[in-house]
Order: sequence, then C-alpha cells, then structure tokens
Amino acid sequence: MEELLYFTELLGLKVYDLRGRRIGRVADAALVPLIDPSRVDRYLVGGGWAWLTIRYDQIRAITLDGIHLQDERLTPYHDDEYMLRIGRDLLDQQIVDVDGRKVVRVNDVTFLIRQEAGVTVLRILEVDVGLRSVLRRLFQGVLPRRWIRRLQSPIAPNSIRWEHCNIIEPDPLRRLRLNISYSMLEKLHPADLADIVEELGPEERESIFAAIDSEVAAEALSEVDPRMQASILEALEAEKAAEIVEEMAPDEAADVLAELEEETSEEILEEMDAEPKAEVRELLEFSEDQAGSLMNTEYVAVNEEGTARDAVEALQGNEDLLETLSAIFLVDAGGALKGAIPLGRLFIAPPSTPLRELVSGPLISVKATEHRDRVFEIFDKYNLLNLPVVDEEGRLCGVITADDIISVLRQG
Amino acid sequence: MLKRIRRQIAIFFTVIGPGFITAMVDNDAGGIFTYSQAGAKYGYLSLWTLAPIALLLVITQEMNARMGAVTGKGLSDLIREEYGLRVTFLVMTLLVLTNFTNVMANFAGVAGSLELFSVPRWVSVPIAATLVWILVVKGTYHSVEKIFLGACVFYVSYVISAFLIRPDWEQALAGSVQPVLMLDPDYITLLIGMVGTSIAPWMQFYLQASVVEKGITEREYAESRIEVIVGCVTMVVIAFFIIVACAGAIWAHGPRDIEDAAQAAQALRPFGQYAFALFAAGLFNASMFAASILPLSTAYSVCEGLGFEAGVNKSFREAPIFYWLYTLLIVLGAGVILIPGFPLVRMILLSQVLNGVLLPLVLIFMVLLVNKKDLMGRWVNTRFQNTIAWLAVVILIGLTLALLGISLRDMMR
Repeated sequence: MEELLYFTELLGLKVYDLRGRRIGRVADAALVPLIDPSRVDRYLVGGGWAWLTIRYDQIRAITLDGIHLQDERLTPYHDDEYMLRIGRDLLDQQIVDVDGRKVVRVNDVTFLIRQEAGVTVLRILEVDVGLRSVLRRLFQGVLPRRWIRRLQSPIAPNSIRWEHCNIIEPDPLRRLRLNISYSMLEKLHPADLADIVEELGPEERESIFAAIDSEVAAEALSEVDPRMQASILEALEAEKAAEIVEEMAPDEAADVLAELEEETSEEILEEMDAEPKAEVRELLEFSEDQAGSLMNTEYVAVNEEGTARDAVEALQGNEDLLETLSAIFLVDAGGALKGAIPLGRLFIAPPSTPLRELVSGPLISVKATEHRDRVFEIFDKYNLLNLPVVDEEGRLCGVITADDIISVLRQG
Repeated sequence: MLKRIRRQIAIFFTVIGPGFITAMVDNDAGGIFTYSQAGAKYGYLSLWTLAPIALLLVITQEMNARMGAVTGKGLSDLIREEYGLRVTFLVMTLLVLTNFTNVMANFAGVAGSLELFSVPRWVSVPIAATLVWILVVKGTYHSVEKIFLGACVFYVSYVISAFLIRPDWEQALAGSVQPVLMLDPDYITLLIGMVGTSIAPWMQFYLQASVVEKGITEREYAESRIEVIVGCVTMVVIAFFIIVACAGAIWAHGPRDIEDAAQAAQALRPFGQYAFALFAAGLFNASMFAASILPLSTAYSVCEGLGFEAGVNKSFREAPIFYWLYTLLIVLGAGVILIPGFPLVRMILLSQVLNGVLLPLVLIFMVLLVNKKDLMGRWVNTRFQNTIAWLAVVILIGLTLALLGISLRDMMR
C-alpha cells in the first residue's frame, strides 16, 4: 500500500535497530540526485555524540511511529558534495515552479512510502507551499503527528510536483554534482523566465543567464527591467555577455550597452562578431533622446525599380525577421528611402506588379537625430506600426516599431 | 568628468523613493503627536535629540538598503532563509500586531485632523479607508510610488506653519546643539518616546523590500545610500519644525500637556487660520500616507516571509492571503476608530510595548545577517561599521526596553 509522509513528520522520527532498541532520531534526509532524482538515499540520525548515516536499503519499515532497520552496520555522517540535504538545502529556500511559472518558497516536502525490491523507500512526490504546510511546520514537534494531520485536513493542499521543481544553485560545480540543470527554464516563454529571474537574488539570476542557451538568454534579457539587465551583463564573463548581446535585436543591444559603464560595454563589444558589433556601435552613437536610439537596424529594403517577386525573394533571404515584420521599404540606387509597402499588400499582389504601384499613401519618416518625443507624436498622429528612420542625406538607416515605443513609454 | 557627474545625478533620481518615503512615513500621526508634545511641554529643550536620532536612523537604514541591494531579497525573506519558519512566524506575528496598532493610530489621525475642519469621523474614516484600499489594489508600483513621493512634498506645510508662528529662532538653534538632561521622569520618558517613535520595526522591512522592488542593485548602491541619508535628514528637519511650531505656539504661552496631535493644531488657531490649517492638513497628509503604507508593507513582509503569493499585480484568487491581510488591517484599523469609547490611548501604549519586544529582535537579526559572508560577499560590515552598528543597536535596545517598562507601568495604572 502506498502512503504519504511529510518531511516535518520524518524529522524527529525514532529509529529502532533489529532488536527494537532506539538508536536515535532522524535529523535530516538526503537525495543523491546523480543516482536517483527522487529517492531518499540517506537518512541522517542524531543520537549520542555524532550523526549516523543510514542507507535507504538498510530500512525495513517506515511508519508514523518510527523507522525499523534491517541492517545495523551504520556509518558516521560526513558531508558529501553529491548529497542534496532536504532540511539544509531545500527547506525554506526559493525554487522555481516550472509548471506554475513562478518562484516559490519550500515549506515542507511530501514523500511517498513505497516498497521497492524488498526495502521501504521514500520518494519525493511534491514540494509543499501554502498555509497547510506552514501549519505543519509550526506544530511540528509540539503536537503529535496524527493530531497535526487531523488539524490540517480542512485546508486545501498547495503543492508542486517534484518533476516541476527547478532548484537554483549559483555554484556551477555544485550544480553538476547535484545534477541540477536549467533545461526546463529554457523551455519557458522568455517573458515568464524574465519575471522569474526578476524575483530571484542577483547570484541566482546571474547563474541562470550564465548557464542557459544564449538565444533564450537574449530573449529573456530583453524582457527584464533595464537596470537589472545592466547588472546581469556586468556580472557575466565578457565572452558570455557578448554571445547574449549578439543574439539580441541591435536596438535592444545598444540600449543595454548604453546602460553599462563604458569600460564594461567596450569589453563586451570587443568580444562580439564584426557584423553585429558594427551595427550596435552605430546605434550607440545616438543619445538617449534621439530617434536613432529607438531604431532597429534589421529591416528589409528593396530597390524601387523591382517587382513584387523581387520583394518576396528579399523576404525569403531574411526569414529570421519575419515574425515581427509588418512592412518592407523601397530605396533607390543610392539607398535613399522612397516608399513603404505593408506586407499584406505584397501578399495579394500578382508577382509581376511593379513595387511603385503598391506604395501606400504619403511616405512618413524621421531623421535619426530627431527628438524622441517627436517620434511618439508621429506614431500617435498617424497610427503607425512602424516608422522608417533616415540619415541627414535621406538614406534609410533603420526602423522604429510600435513595440519599441510601447516599452519606452511604459518605462517613462 | 561632467558626463560622470550627470550620470551620477541621473542614477540618483532613478533610485529616489525607498529611503525618502520610509523616512517621511516615519513622521506619521504618532510621530507628530510625540514631537508636538515635546514642543508644547518642554519648548526648545528637546531639539538636541534630533541629530542623534538622525544618526541612529542612518546607521540602521543604511544596513537595510545595503542588504536589499546586495541580496535582492527582503528582510523577512532573509530571516526566513537563515533562521527558519518558526522564528519568522514569531517575528511576523509581532509585526502584524504592532503595525495594526500603528494603522489604528493613523486612522485616528485622519479622524482628528478632519474633525478640525468639521468633518465628522463617521464620514472621513470610511472614505479614507476606501481610498487607501483602492489606491493600492488598483495602482501599479510606479504610480503608487509617484503618489507617495507627491505626499512627501506636503510635509512642507509644517515648515510654513512654523514660520507663520514666529517662534524664537535663537532659542531653537541653541536648543538644537545644546544637550539638556533633567532628572524629570516625564522629560526622560519623552526623550525615549522620541527615539522610539522615530525608529520602528516596520521601517526596516519596508525600506529593504522597496529597495528590492525598485530593482536597485550593487551598481546603484552608492546613490541609494545618499538617498537614504537625505531621507533621514529631511525627516528630522520636519520634526524640528513641528517641535518649534508647538514650542512657539503653546510652550511660550505656558507649558502644558496635549492629548493628541489635533489638539496641537487647535492651539495654533490664535496665530491665524493659515498656521492652523497647514498644521492640520499636514497631520491629515501624514496619517493618510502612513495608513496607506503600513497595511501594504505588513502584508508584503508576512507573505514573503511565510512563502505566500504576494503583490498588487496578482489577482485576489492568486494571492488570497495577501489581500485578506491587507484588507483586514485597513477595515479593522479604521473600524475601531468608529467605536465610541474605544480605548485608543491604551492601544497605543500596547503598540509601544510590542514595539519594544520586536525592535530588539529585528535589529539583532539585521546585524547578524549583514555580517554573513555568504549573503553579503564583499559588502559585509567592516569592523568600524560593526562597532557603530552594535553600539547603535545596544543604545536602541536600551531605550526601547526603557520605553517598554514605562508603557507597561502606564498600562497598569
């Protein structure tokens, strides 16, 4: 029969040897995640002078009344780096609930008592948060275990399945030894991941960004509060920081780098590949209140002499931009901006249509040196989704999109 | 160089908020009453305590700001992680009780100040409670902080009303720098009360949590520290003007006891409608301000410490305990003010007693935490900082325990 046991109940449980003599009481329990991710591998028992270690296969039975052994060869406890101690390392700490996409604090742990190959083992089933587990903690050791169970029964449980729990460990070596990976975090939506890292302490935060895939890190980083972005990048190795910045959209990358101390941002730039580096450097030239600092240098421009087919071909060469693209731009041979075509129009036009015929309405653009307040006005007045930016000679150099405007306005 | 300074100033403005708001809320209805009493009964004598009070405040608040910036965690989080759930539960229970009596005192301040303008309390208190509740539940962190910073500006009303009264500025300056101790038990009680009302446990939790909430990190810590210091200094400057106003208006015409802060405002009437109205409006502003912050800060600290969902950006269903606690503190705190014959003075004495139990605990935890290398890294207290911190803690604990004794004695009467 399968039964539940809480960690608060396990603590202080009396341990009896083969002849029914009491050896001591349970002081903590530990997993060895490299061997088994959920089975309690060692029980630490305090009795007399020092702590003893009981291996899981030395146990005959575990009940609410005590633990009975089937083997008495116990070893003294010594700390072992491969051991995740529940009382020390898990209880009262923050972990990430990957399923609920939030940071929670561990109040208690629920085990399943199971018979496996002739021994009684405990497997972590859930991590408990919420009122019910607070109650257990408060009365643990004060009231008898069965009373506490009765007392808590009217309160709805609030638990997270162990498979959905992600422990955050800043030390990479320890992470390896405890078999902790952040791969579940990588699968979250970047915006959710950003919310989660904002709730963690700086060390935990930095360890996540240092460890996860640069592309995911870049997406999550652009959702994080700007000042926090800067402190995260500063804490990372320049090489890793450069990898993340490369994956970001150039305008966002430039914004983050502008927040950093000049020395640090220079270090990061040095590590970057030539092409993204040049783009970002160009954007960094603009001051914060100029249109140029808002713009993105990733856009699709086609020669004005072309046809709809040419435009579609140009799009095919820029597939990574498609998710956010809403218009393409026409330029002349010298790069001067000549018009904008909404993507939708291109979609229904016959391939041979000259692009000039698809241009919608009068062309609206701003100079890169224009004050950003003017940019907001233009967006509002003409209800734009995007706005091309030109240099002093009228050449297209970037585009500002509505989502950039929204983030800037929200921060203001 | 110029760019560097401009950058520094820009950062200062982005970190402004936590330290300033905490210090201003410290001048709540209870604080204003204590300072008014000091001025009314002893004139300019007690002004010298303000500088040491500012120093003690800076020493304690700086540690909180530092812990918040370095660990990114609130004080209740840290206590929970390092000392476990039971200790946290005990601290949180005491915090809820002290803050509840504080909320009550501030709704009493709202009632008293508006009664001076002939608004009956059964009108003012329910409206104030509703406004406070809505402000936080419907607002975002940024909008709420802006409103709070706006409320800080209104403390100027005390400065103006002090000038309107034309107190004896020479005596005021002399009193500020010349320590006077008398073996008058009431005077000593008052001095202890002034310190007690200035350094309250809720501030430590609130300041650290809002430093974290604002996303201040090690990088901006230098600016954040300046902000904390500026806030503390501003706070005692306001206290100075309250004492001076009451000294000029009441003490100069015959020293006497006052029963609440509204009475102090009343005594300002002979000096013209403006002096009176500004003092009363200042009291209203301060009471509303504190009544908004205390329930919120309490609910946050408790939920974070005990691991319940918290935050105004979460729905009622997501964070039920947070919202219940917040709502109950406001409803009960405002409700008891409307009960005729409610023993408010006794409750305020009780709050001093609870304060006396909680503050030593909190301060000791703080100094222990700020010395933990694994939490603070290179930001742990230096030996010099530790000497000062422990000294401040010992002084504060001594004074708080003395106040506890006095309050217990008064309660027995």
